[in-house]
Amino acid sequence: MGFFRFFRSNKEDASAKVAKDRLQVLIAHERTGRDGPDYLPMLKQDILDVIKKYVAVGDDAVSVQLDSQDDCDVLELNITLSEDSTPATQPSVDAKRRAMERRQAAAKVT
Amino acid sequence: MTKTIVVTSGKGGVGKTTTSASIATGLAKRGFKTVVIDFDVGLRNLDLIMGCERRVVYDLVNLVNQEASLHQTLIKDKRIENLYILPASQTRDKDALTIEGIARVMHKLKKSDFDYIICDSPAGIEKGAKMALYFADEAIVTTNPEVSSVRDSDRILGILQSESKRSKMNEEPVKEHLLITRYNPSRVKDGQMLSVDDIVDLLAIPLLGIIPESPSVLDCSNAGKPVILDDESEAGQAYSDAIDRLLGESKPHRFMEAPKKGLLSRLFG
Ligand SMILES: Nc1ncnc2c1ncn2[C@@H]1O[C@H](COP(=O)(O)OP(=O)(O)OP(=O)(O)O)[C@@H](O)[C@H]1O
Ligand SMILES: [Mg+2]
Repeated sequence: MGFFRFFRSNKEDASAKVAKDRLQVLIAHERTGRDGPDYLPMLKQDILDVIKKYVAVGDDAVSVQLDSQDDCDVLELNITLSEDSTPATQPSVDAKRRAMERRQAAAKVT
Repeated sequence: MTKTIVVTSGKGGVGKTTTSASIATGLAKRGFKTVVIDFDVGLRNLDLIMGCERRVVYDLVNLVNQEASLHQTLIKDKRIENLYILPASQTRDKDALTIEGIARVMHKLKKSDFDYIICDSPAGIEKGAKMALYFADEAIVTTNPEVSSVRDSDRILGILQSESKRSKMNEEPVKEHLLITRYNPSRVKDGQMLSVDDIVDLLAIPLLGIIPESPSVLDCSNAGKPVILDDESEAGQAYSDAIDRLLGESKPHRFMEAPKKGLLSRLFG
């Protein structure tokens, strides 16, 4: 082990770095959950649902945070679209159903 | 004025009991009248670490239920003047404790002129841990350089800020201290373990000390002696430094650097 580690660059595969990055995201997320008003988690879920109708994103794509600055509260919204987040190629079941209803309604009129 | 300090962590096995024993012993050695309370009802261990397991007659639950007096329940340490141990019950469970009952005990201890009450919390974030931190003026958040421990410490900080008596009564918040234990500088150097800076950065509370991973901790618990009494050991010295800082002295942190290795041991170690 020691022999190989000596020649490897320390920084690249340092697992502590990965640990810290993961913790940073997780702790920020959990703090929002516990410090923020009760509606924040639901607000976040609703926003996520809307985004998902248009873009394929993971469940962690949206982060909401409430910060107090001087005399006003700022709701900070972060939506990360990863490089490979393509337009939602497969419409959701929900979207499919709504489209079908729309088409059927249109068909009745004509 | 009595100061109540909880030693807490969320995660189990990170060194709370080891820390409680050494912090209490260190404060008593400096002349403060100190009691250390084992809140781990059902899993009593502090008595073993303090080396007084054969002298336990009554316990915290007896005291809370008013089946024994404070005088009968407190065990006076044989080595250090001013040091007392209040053991947990081994046969009951955590539901045997109530906030009102603990409040009565705290009140009695304050009337007996204790300078410090150290509360050794059980693991978890359930009733037992909440009971241990409820009356705290200060908290020593014991954290290992490892992901789940850091996350749990952050959760416990949230609980301190919302469920302690101070937070409920809208008093000045509980004073938080970070104590990093079982620190292994060579693994940090190799990038395998979170560093002190990483942990301070993540938890964002003041650093009370760094206790290195040290074989003397096991030797001392085998012998029933708080490691702070072992002046030779790095862990003992690190706990002594932490006492100085707790009492307001500023001291540089030690034991953060890995011992220098020769080329051969770096290649093959
Ligand atoms: N600095 C250290 N170096 C080496 N070993 C340590 C150190 N600190 C604690 N330990 C060991 O870690 C183990 C757990 O310690 P301890 O009982 O103090 O943890 P705890 O947080 O009180 O556990 P629990 O959550 O079960 O109450 C013990 O075996 C102890 O000897
Ligand atoms: Mg313990």
